[in-house]
Amino acid sequence: MNQIVKITIDGVECMATKGQYITDAAKENGIYIPTLCNYEGVKPRGSCRICTVKVNGRLMTACTTPVSENMEIENNADEIQELREAIIELLFIEGNHFCPACEKSGSCELQALAYRFHMMVPRFPYSFPQQEIDATNPKLVKDQNRCILCKRCIRAIKDEKGRSVFAYKRRSRHVEISIDPKIGKSLSDEMAQQAMDVCPVGALLVRERGFVVPIGERKYDNEPIGSDIEKLKE
Amino acid sequence: MGQKITIEPVTRVEGHGKVTIHLDNEGNVTQTRLHIVEFRGFERFVQGRPYWEAPVLVQRLCGICPVSHHLAAAKALDVIVGAGTGDGLTPTGEKMRRLMHYGQIFQSHSLHFFHLASPDLLFGIDADPVKRNVIALALENKDLAVQGVMMRKFGQEIIAATAGKKIHGTGAIPGGINKHLSSFDKKHFLNGEAPLNIKTMVDWSLAALEFFHDYHEKNKAVIDEFIEIPSSYLSLIRKDGALDLYHGVLRAKDQNGNIILHDVDYQDYLKYIDEEVKNWSYMKFPYLKELGKEAGWYTVGPLARLNNADFIDTPLAQKEFENFKSYNNGKPSHKAMHTHWARLIEILHSAEKMEQLLEDPDLTEGPLTVKGKKESEGVGVIEAPRGTLFHHYKVNDHDQIEMCNLIVSTTNNNQPMNEAVNQVAVKMMTGKEEISEAMMNAVEVAIRAYDPCLSCATHALGQMPLEISLFKKEKMIDKKRNR
Repeated sequence: MNQIVKITIDGVECMATKGQYITDAAKENGIYIPTLCNYEGVKPRGSCRICTVKVNGRLMTACTTPVSENMEIENNADEIQELREAIIELLFIEGNHFCPACEKSGSCELQALAYRFHMMVPRFPYSFPQQEIDATNPKLVKDQNRCILCKRCIRAIKDEKGRSVFAYKRRSRHVEISIDPKIGKSLSDEMAQQAMDVCPVGALLVRERGFVVPIGERKYDNEPIGSDIEKLKE
Repeated sequence: MGQKITIEPVTRVEGHGKVTIHLDNEGNVTQTRLHIVEFRGFERFVQGRPYWEAPVLVQRLCGICPVSHHLAAAKALDVIVGAGTGDGLTPTGEKMRRLMHYGQIFQSHSLHFFHLASPDLLFGIDADPVKRNVIALALENKDLAVQGVMMRKFGQEIIAATAGKKIHGTGAIPGGINKHLSSFDKKHFLNGEAPLNIKTMVDWSLAALEFFHDYHEKNKAVIDEFIEIPSSYLSLIRKDGALDLYHGVLRAKDQNGNIILHDVDYQDYLKYIDEEVKNWSYMKFPYLKELGKEAGWYTVGPLARLNNADFIDTPLAQKEFENFKSYNNGKPSHKAMHTHWARLIEILHSAEKMEQLLEDPDLTEGPLTVKGKKESEGVGVIEAPRGTLFHHYKVNDHDQIEMCNLIVSTTNNNQPMNEAVNQVAVKMMTGKEEISEAMMNAVEVAIRAYDPCLSCATHALGQMPLEISLFKKEKMIDKKRNR
């Protein structure tokens, strides 16, 4: 039987299931903790650090930290928000994110977070990395310019034998996502669409379907990211 | 000692450019040039991108008529996805795009006539520069200014309803459109509260023409005699000879009205048109190959379209078209200020077309896209507000764009604008001791008649003004005017 524990998030008392990750517990209590590399149904990795919270005074990633009795979590403190803003800005300057012509615009989680955090312009200089487009897969186009290396595609998209369709290649600042040449060839339409949906940005695109969703019907056209969770509170 | 005049920036145009006028010791004009000093490079940085991004990416060339680029690119990509060369789309696909385009023509022409050009007409070319703007227009003639603003707003709302946003939408996709018109929007445009309904827009388009006729009656010298630039004229034309701003075949007439390009398929435009590069401007000089670089230049835009058309398929605009033709004795009009007249006829035509389309049930239901056998190359041509616009793409086996060529409306008008600048400079400045503000504005008025979009034409980032300068040949006394 699940053990219920008491925690506080920004001083508000919440009930959670012992062992549940902080992000999930917060969500059940109608509190939004931003995430980017985390994806429902996939083991969390804590790599993007956008979900950083203070747990009993220490900075921790909420997506990988299980709740425990009397845990005191700070989510909205200025220090935390400032840290998240900086992370978002760094993600923008590390890649080539030209939202105006990106078909994921309006449904992009990175763009939606930038809007939620009122980012106007990054404080850091753009790095304008030289990145390539891999358009050789019959179902998908991979645009490394927009990849934030969250590994969501690697962790979530597997073939019927459980093999990953995507993998990292190269090292350090040269690391990038690659599509397995053999498994990638037999990718179904559904899996290609799933890969595009799993990608939080516009790095994976289903071929020849760009801009089919009209403005007004895209994921974040009408409400900021996190609104669905915050509505639970109401 | 010679003198060089620089008018910089030229104002109330879209984009950044400057005019230089060289005078010799006797004050005779020896050389005039309209320099376009911006560079953008869209043709290069679209290379390598997936082809379906082009209509959204390339429209960022411009904030005034992005719809034209959006649709021209989509038309080129229709060919690539096997949806035909402009007439293969579903009824919904084509009609939604047409509605978007007429909204665009309506708003852009309204912006130009009311905001940019009408202060010259209302206050005079020699009026105090402080007065020559839309704010003074609003103080002097409130109704006209309000109509201008609201007509532009209506056009923008049509664009938002079809493309998703007023500027830089995503409606047109290769092979069709991504949405229907909502029944709410349809009702709003047809029967919404005045003035933002289509009936008021038709009435106001007629009123704008009345304003023009009244002005023309009282100021024949300005409209008929200001400058005359005989040239060839190029435009799209519907196969039956009707004015068509969205699709058709290419027709060119010479200055006497003889057809010199016989309604050809624009997929073959490279057979007929080439571009020359000159080292003093970022804007190229297109010409008709058959006539060569010197004689092959031509004019595009509202005046060219009406000079080329046999008729207009909407009744009120047709009536005005007949007046226009009869006033010019059935011959092409070379009077640059008649462009304003032609523009107002097109505003009326667009309003009538929008009214017809808004009643059409295909807008609210039916399949949105169509696809067929893929091609590796496609050309899209549309009549943008400022004239004929060419988009040409080649894609590789991986759906990436490997070549893009854009010939933008204002680029087509490069030589006519240079001719117009020269003619005004010779007429107004020859032998004059002092170069007055009015003379400088006259040069700008000539350029403004073409409603140039200099950012589009050089495919340019940054500030938007255009400059005129006058300076001495040897001493280079720079009387640069920044307004």
